[in-house]
Amino acid sequence: MKHTSTTRRSFLRLASSAAVAGSVPIVTLRRLEATPAMLSAAIRNVVGEAPIRTGKVKLDIPPLVENGNTVPMTVSVTSPMTPEDYVKSIHVFNEKNPQPNMGNFYLTPSAGRAQISTRIRLADTQKVVAIARMSDDTFWSVSVDVVVTLAACTEEVN
Amino acid sequence: MASTLINVPPKAKRGDIIEIKTLTSHIMETGFRHTAAGELVPRNIITSFACRYNGTEIFRADLFPATAANPFVSFFTIAKESGKFEFEWIGDNGFSTTASASIVVE
Repeated sequence: MKHTSTTRRSFLRLASSAAVAGSVPIVTLRRLEATPAMLSAAIRNVVGEAPIRTGKVKLDIPPLVENGNTVPMTVSVTSPMTPEDYVKSIHVFNEKNPQPNMGNFYLTPSAGRAQISTRIRLADTQKVVAIARMSDDTFWSVSVDVVVTLAACTEEVN
Repeated sequence: MASTLINVPPKAKRGDIIEIKTLTSHIMETGFRHTAAGELVPRNIITSFACRYNGTEIFRADLFPATAANPFVSFFTIAKESGKFEFEWIGDNGFSTTASASIVVE
């Protein structure tokens, strides 16, 4: 073995001096916290200008998904489901699929329990948002981060 | 007529909250996929699902390309009276299919 021109030590020294000088941006780590415009537009379409509060809604979805083609999801909302106080609808959105809507579900007081389940597709590691509209037209939401290893939606057809 | 699978308890006590599970066979082509030749595969999805309980609509859903193939939807209702649940799925290219299930409420 005679390829010792770059030893591990000299490489590290070089890398650290480059990082200090700031001349070589090796990796930029940035947390994607901002909600993309399409998602907020889709939410505004449903909610209008009403304020959205956090709480009451529970979104059950696996935090780590191997196959984005079919992901089980359950949304439940804390509500007595009486004719005076019930959940009118549940809306689910995503951040990074080709389009932001995942489903709209319309309930009545006769549901007894404000809970729905379905299976969704996720094209990428992203945030999923569920919003519930109550009978008094207040909106409650929850958002969950999901890590996806195999993406859905846009792959080639064989 | 696409094949469907409905799960409704055949019997319930009056006032019980029951879960209704539905599944229908459908490709749910997103409209975002390409063939190997680069052509866009046109969208073909179910866009709407509804359930009626003795004629009254108790549940409705709008579906999108983000719904997995062979859409599964489950929801709850209060068993009020014996009768029939009717289910209807409507989609692109004139797709439409129905199913029904009966329940005995004591």
